[in-house]
Amino acid sequence: MTFGRTRSVALEGLVGTVVDVEAHRSGGLPAFMLGGLPDAACAQSPNRVKAATASIGRSLAQERFTVNLSPASIPKNGSGFDLPIAVAVLAALGLVPAPRVREVVHLGELGLDGTIRAVRGVLPAVLAAARAGCRDVVVPVANAAEARLVPEIAVHAVDHLHDLVTAYGDGGDRLALGVPDTAPRPATPQAPGPDLADVAGQPEARTALELAAAGGHHLFLLGPPGSGKTMLAERLVSILPRLTREQSIDVLAVKSLLGLEAAEVGVEFVPPFIAPHHSATQAAIIGGGSGAVRPGSISQAHHGVLFLDEAPEFRTGALQALRQPLESGQVVVSRARTAVRFPARFQLVMAANPCPCGLGFGKGIGCTCTPMAKRAYVAKLSGPLLDRVDLQVQVPPVTLSSLGSAPGESSAVVAERVARARAVQADRWRDTSWRLNSQVPGAFLRRGPRRLPRSITTDLDRALDRGHLTLRGYDRVLRLGWTVADLAGRPSPTRDDLGTALTLRNQGPVAA
Amino acid sequence: MPETTAQPGDDPRRILGRYGEELAARYLTEQGWRVVDRNWRCAHGEIDLVARDGDCLVFCEVKTRTTERFGGAIEAVDHRKAARLRRLVAAWLQCHDERAGRVRIDVIGILRPQAGRAQLRHLVGVGS
Repeated sequence: MTFGRTRSVALEGLVGTVVDVEAHRSGGLPAFMLGGLPDAACAQSPNRVKAATASIGRSLAQERFTVNLSPASIPKNGSGFDLPIAVAVLAALGLVPAPRVREVVHLGELGLDGTIRAVRGVLPAVLAAARAGCRDVVVPVANAAEARLVPEIAVHAVDHLHDLVTAYGDGGDRLALGVPDTAPRPATPQAPGPDLADVAGQPEARTALELAAAGGHHLFLLGPPGSGKTMLAERLVSILPRLTREQSIDVLAVKSLLGLEAAEVGVEFVPPFIAPHHSATQAAIIGGGSGAVRPGSISQAHHGVLFLDEAPEFRTGALQALRQPLESGQVVVSRARTAVRFPARFQLVMAANPCPCGLGFGKGIGCTCTPMAKRAYVAKLSGPLLDRVDLQVQVPPVTLSSLGSAPGESSAVVAERVARARAVQADRWRDTSWRLNSQVPGAFLRRGPRRLPRSITTDLDRALDRGHLTLRGYDRVLRLGWTVADLAGRPSPTRDDLGTALTLRNQGPVAA
Repeated sequence: MPETTAQPGDDPRRILGRYGEELAARYLTEQGWRVVDRNWRCAHGEIDLVARDGDCLVFCEVKTRTTERFGGAIEAVDHRKAARLRRLVAAWLQCHDERAGRVRIDVIGILRPQAGRAQLRHLVGVGS
């Protein structure tokens, strides 16, 4: 045998392409040539393959091999091609049966001693392989947990090249390796995260949080340091509905690109809560990086919550880059050679102090900021970004009296109301592409079949007339009003519901 | 095995090299080739063997080892060495009036272990 072929997967973002790995053995001076657009890590693969095969007793020092990764025009990233290259080479040498390895997908990095090490992106790669109709995939033991999330493909886990060669050698038509019992298992769900009952007082902010969860509205919290903004935001995921299995796999696939531990695989049914530091670069927020494009915070927050604490401290570029993903639910990172698309349907929660020093609330007695500094601080968030935030509320400092009051409702109680309100919305918008009130365009609420009678919108109309409210602000109040009604169990908003909605917006630093 | 004409004080590596070249020359003759030149030197270096395989003029680099602990004999010829061989071939052809339809570069690797038979490996056409 002078030719061996097997399969692997090349990833561009989350999109995988099944790749044929071909090895051709020929006469001539010893050499190991690798073609098919490998990146730096992949181009070093021959060195690892040579050492690993030598460790199982077959030296390639005297051999001449040409290995090709086909289709050769797609960039191949990372060390995951070590294992398929080694298997193709061993097939060309006749050490594994060539017909049996031909249809099997291999993923994994080789150690110099032949151990098979974990790689990133196994979950999206196995998803792509299953979609392409592949029946068997061989992965490193450490990646077995994520690979097994994918239905309709047999997962085999190995931790040494020698074991794989032995398994291929054992007769039978199909590889029967399976996953060993010693492979790391997904952890059992842990205790739930922080609970809403921990929050002292803040009735208005709690209402806003509940509305945000129910209608999927983006939220802006404005208040002095120590008032509990971060505490509230962290608890948003505890009252959101649990993710479906499909959504969890979406979330884990993004995580897999960044490296996923087996212990993280099972507990992902709570929506992700991602809180990047305000020094984060635009590439860290929306995705990018040199070499292979990595998903940013907004994609890690897919189906979950992106929390920007101290939002005005973020770089302007990073904040403005959020606008397009907020609209489309995805982000496209463009490169000279390729454009990589990541999902990014997240709920945005921003928190800010009233001014740079943080003391400019109430009468602002302790505040040392100049008027210019205050204006520059809030101006950073103004305009198109805040336009997309339906809920803008102030979080006042906690008072002594509110500490003495009874603890608030727990997350479980609130989550139940949220779930009910979401069911009502899903039913109302069932014939449309929207599922939540926050997704419905304002024009539809003003002119469509769901238009509210004049008698109910009269306060809003007056505010619009007098210039207290822009048309965009008017639409946001309408959207929010529907969520207020849904939470209260009313079929459509009353005048009071719209009044509530009106007070829960436009309190931010900027009139919109 | 041919006798080498070892002289007292001779470098053991040169003795081994000469042994290998002798073995290679015998091997090529057995293949029916005619050895044209041996150990031809010029400013660029040395050509171990020049032989005629029918219409083709073959330039041979012979590498001899007693152990593979530091890599096989064939491995010692890398792309830099191959490039040097090509320059040497051009130089040889300029200096000689030998007519040839084609020209080729081969490598012959010989392993002579401390005990047991010597092994010979012949790589054909490594020049390109």
